[in-house]
Amino acid sequence: MTNQTDIRFLLNGEEKTASEVNATLTLLDYLRIEERLTGTKEGCAEGDCGACTVLVGRLQNGVLKYETVNACIRFLASLNGCHIVTIEHLSGPKGRLHPVQQAMVDFHGSQCGFCTPGFVMSLYALWMENPQPTTHEVETAVQGNLCRCTGYEPIVKAALAVNQYGTPANDHLTQIRKEVTSRLQALQPTTRIETGPEDDRAILPLDVADLAQVLAEHPKATIVAGSTDVGLWVTKFMRPISPVVFISHLEELKSITLTDDALTIGAGVTYSESQAAMRESFPHLGEYWDRIAGWQVRNMGTIGGNIANGSPIGDTPPVLISLGAEVTLQSASGTRTLSLEDFFIDYGKQDREAGDFVASIRIPRAKSGQIDAAYKISKRRDEDISSVAAGISVTVDNDIITSARLAFGGMAATPKRASNAEAALVGQSWGSAAFDAAAKALAQDFSPLTDWRASADYRQLVASNLLRRFHLEHDTANDAPVRLAIA
Amino acid sequence: MKDLQPIQGAAHQDLKHDSAIKQVQGRADYTDDIAEPIGTLHAYLGVSTVTHANIRGMDLSRVRAAPGVVTVLTAEDVPGVNDVSPTGRHDEPVFPTGKVEFHGQPMFAVIAESRDAARRAADLADVDYEVLPHALDPVSAQDAGMPLVTDPLKLERGDVSQGFEDATHRISGQMVVGGQDHMYLEGHIAFAIPGEDDDVIVHCSTQHPSEAQHMVAHVLGVPNNAVVVNVRRMGGGFGGKESQMNLFCAVAAMGAKKLNRPVKIRPDRDQDMSATGKRHDFVIDYDLGFDDEGRIQAVESQFAARCGYSSDLSGPVTDRALFHADNAYYYPNVRLTSRPQKTNTVSNTAFRGFGGPQGAVAAERMIEEIAYKLGKDPLEVRKTNFYGDETDGRNVTPYHQTVEDNVIGRLVEELEESADYQARRKAIVEENAKGGIIRRGIALTPVKFGISFTATWYNQAGSLIHVYNDGSIHLNHGGTEMGQGLNTKVAQVVAEAFQVDFNRIKITKTTTEKVPNTSATAASSGTDLNGMAALDAAEQIKARLVKFAAESRGMSEDAVSFHPNHLRIGEEVIAFDAFIKEAYMARVQLSAAGFYKTPKIHWDRANGTGRPFYYFSYGASCSEVAIDTLTGEYRVERTDILHDVGRSLNPVLDKGQVEGAFIQGMGWLTTEELWWDDAGRLRTHAPSTYKIPLASDRPRQFNVELADWSENREMTIKRSKAVGEPPFVLGISVLEALSMAVASVDDYRTCPRLEAPATPERVLMAVERLKAKG
Repeated sequence: MTNQTDIRFLLNGEEKTASEVNATLTLLDYLRIEERLTGTKEGCAEGDCGACTVLVGRLQNGVLKYETVNACIRFLASLNGCHIVTIEHLSGPKGRLHPVQQAMVDFHGSQCGFCTPGFVMSLYALWMENPQPTTHEVETAVQGNLCRCTGYEPIVKAALAVNQYGTPANDHLTQIRKEVTSRLQALQPTTRIETGPEDDRAILPLDVADLAQVLAEHPKATIVAGSTDVGLWVTKFMRPISPVVFISHLEELKSITLTDDALTIGAGVTYSESQAAMRESFPHLGEYWDRIAGWQVRNMGTIGGNIANGSPIGDTPPVLISLGAEVTLQSASGTRTLSLEDFFIDYGKQDREAGDFVASIRIPRAKSGQIDAAYKISKRRDEDISSVAAGISVTVDNDIITSARLAFGGMAATPKRASNAEAALVGQSWGSAAFDAAAKALAQDFSPLTDWRASADYRQLVASNLLRRFHLEHDTANDAPVRLAIA
Repeated sequence: MKDLQPIQGAAHQDLKHDSAIKQVQGRADYTDDIAEPIGTLHAYLGVSTVTHANIRGMDLSRVRAAPGVVTVLTAEDVPGVNDVSPTGRHDEPVFPTGKVEFHGQPMFAVIAESRDAARRAADLADVDYEVLPHALDPVSAQDAGMPLVTDPLKLERGDVSQGFEDATHRISGQMVVGGQDHMYLEGHIAFAIPGEDDDVIVHCSTQHPSEAQHMVAHVLGVPNNAVVVNVRRMGGGFGGKESQMNLFCAVAAMGAKKLNRPVKIRPDRDQDMSATGKRHDFVIDYDLGFDDEGRIQAVESQFAARCGYSSDLSGPVTDRALFHADNAYYYPNVRLTSRPQKTNTVSNTAFRGFGGPQGAVAAERMIEEIAYKLGKDPLEVRKTNFYGDETDGRNVTPYHQTVEDNVIGRLVEELEESADYQARRKAIVEENAKGGIIRRGIALTPVKFGISFTATWYNQAGSLIHVYNDGSIHLNHGGTEMGQGLNTKVAQVVAEAFQVDFNRIKITKTTTEKVPNTSATAASSGTDLNGMAALDAAEQIKARLVKFAAESRGMSEDAVSFHPNHLRIGEEVIAFDAFIKEAYMARVQLSAAGFYKTPKIHWDRANGTGRPFYYFSYGASCSEVAIDTLTGEYRVERTDILHDVGRSLNPVLDKGQVEGAFIQGMGWLTTEELWWDDAGRLRTHAPSTYKIPLASDRPRQFNVELADWSENREMTIKRSKAVGEPPFVLGISVLEALSMAVASVDDYRTCPRLEAPATPERVLMAVERLKAKG
């Protein structure tokens, strides 16, 4: 059977077939330049401002789900079999405003208007999923949308009122769900897809076995899941990345399995998709998960990608390392499993050989006496890259600390455990003395850098203080608040 | 007449932004959304990769050979004058010839078949640099002997040395206040379409179409009348598009004329942020004398600004820092000097407040110094030092203008009451005394902001109104719409004047073809100036209508009056559009150009005296914060604002300006940090690294009110007051509240001298500094 060479999708109401799609053609450029759908704006081309927010509907286990994405860093070629919904598709016949649009008008949610289409799309997605959100839920939904004019107050008020203008059950996208589902089913590939010119080639494997095969054929290929990192290699650095292997459509990589021992997450699972499972199995990660990037990026980015790219400032590695997570790598020749901390060898260097891909992450569940915490420190609370991230897991038995796993991001060239601080804790009685000693020992574990996010001194001090926070937060003798409430 | 419904959209009514419906549908067009004619080319800037160097040679052969490249523009391609300096100092070339003076300085432009091709090619220049030493901040630049970019200003009143001699207490200190990127959501963009002869039309996103027009003409070497600049709307401006668009307009126009094809230029966000100017950061040295009551007796301050490599608007910006160095306080003896320091950074420019906020924040630091020294509540010290009136003589500014419209006392008193300041402060002090990890702070800060361009000749405006023969009205004025609702407010004024519904008025793009020689939409003056100019045009047409009505009915003009969508002539009531038709048939001129210039103002810069401001806007805000003393993280728990906009033309839009300005001011003083590395590269050059406030950074409770009793005592448009900039200064209450929370760790014995922006890092480090003392 010959491979499919075009990308097929629904754009608003229309079915589209794009032949020979360049791997690095962004959805935004496609919409604005090729389709002249100019309602979607470019504000930053790095997935941080949300002016380009659109909805992508896709089938997962046969069920149609719409999510917001940043069109500026999403590649069109990754969207085979999806439904792309832009701002132009929201108004009803004769230009009747959508409930979200009407609320934004009535509450004066637009001033210059450039961020407005993006906000409307984010609020649309929120309303469909959660028609009566709390203020905190609204704020979480628009973490990935910047507005420079309004100060957000009218936008939040509009979001809280949308449901008074209409219910999701009557929404256009709800009413055409069945039809869209069957149209998308018809667009699902039956072969591998290879498209685009040689120097900008996109490959969409048919399944995981085919992925291994593709990587055996192209060991230097760039693997792209959510494109929340690789997207910037293209839009900001203009780096050539051909051939590109897209994996976000592979359902086999999206499994989430909970057993008595562990939670196992497929490498293709996005932050959003894993959120409920994480919150349930590891309650301390609930709030932390909400602070990873913005909603659009959480809908795109994967835990597998956050690990595989080896960044020293990724949000998930420190907390996963502290929990003793393991990573399974797969290639055409089989699989191997190693502890996550061993995966990170040095800056930009991971224990991943040509042809390997991250298949899954296994996170052991907490044992009796285990106390876990996850902390993120950043200049701005939401949608920021951490200056310091910490995963802390301490086991206490009869008031004695029997084990300690302390992992930090932003403190070294890789996400790294603090072995001196751990040693200072193990065997000690639970109490401020032990944690003060551990905080001091951190100076032997790390010598962080100064950059635009934070100075070395601040990083060192904050990392130490997070150990003090951990102690106070879990100390029965302390009942005063030790950190700011979020909601 | 009783049965006539009042008109919809009159002045002083809440009315939605005139583009709101289009904006929520993505149908409001910005420059990049304009359909491109066939043959449109795209330009991109090639920039310097060093901070300060002589250019020994520039080999562009790889750029020219790159795929899709049509041509390259360098300084040699400038047909007219290689200069886009807005104040005529000729210190800002389109493209440099001998040397580059900041990292990321535009050196040439590539023009290619696609933007992507141009952008890729722009990186391929081989430049031979002779690298020179550089200085990035005003202190090291001064140490290195770098010049000032423009003449400094001195404001002086009273006897400063005697004032210090008489003072019981004297404190000197230094404050570093960071700059700010505009981070308008729509970046810079210009799109030039060539015409016959020397003509060129430039669609762009500028706050100052006339200046862009004049600059393009200057660079092309053609008269101003060959160039048309059009602006439908901007995706935000905030001052960043006042002078900074000149370069992009010039490049697009040069390319379009050279190739006789349309040329568009749109930098990416990184280039937008690294190649265009920002809010000036300042290093402020202050010397302060005061008595036991906390009453200021003498002030001497120097304001050194990071101006960048050229003057741009640094002269008037540093001037305005001095104009607002008093904020709302009377300084009996005062000497203020500016130091507009050249640095090897991008040339800084206008940003909402135009230096004023930097001056005001220094005043508030001085208040804090007094309060912590005397163990008083800073609010008490503020009140002690507020301007008075003619009865106490404490009403003259450092620039010798008498404050005639002071309402700060009443505003603060009302806000203190409505925000329950005293009880909350007491509770916070008690809570902090328990010594917890989380500490709180509260602060109530005022603003008094002078309204008018300090360049007196800028205080003029024009308009053009056509009434078509069907009774529909076409309104044009020289102001530009960047989200602030200017068009809406001006149209309300016109609707009110003609007594017709708002919807009858079409507000069109701003274009240099309709209203010439306009001023920038800046200095909060848009509505004041253009509203009056539009009213003037409307009144001219109305006068002709009245005259015609009277003559045609053989009555006196007194018998003619305007009523909602109707005219009354004696006993006759006639619909507006029917009467317009009649007037047209009778050959009445139904079009008029309006004009306005602000009265009363004058300014003698050399002597530092005059009346630079027509009037003052006032406001006050009260913020409460909580900080985490282990990490420096913080949260704004509550903000209450009471702001004075005179008789508001549109309260809901004005409130939107107040809220937005406050959040932007808060961002400036909290998380928005510009960070250069030692090599001179700005490393915070996109939203991934430069953090403006998000929805979740809003105060948890946010109560914003306009002072509904206020009325401008000057004859401004409908007695309203300007609103764009003054509430930006209200963000200072957050910085001051953070400062109080920090001070609590030392039991308020030490002024924390918290620098801005007060990032979590600066807050924690200030906490540590005070703990080490205690």
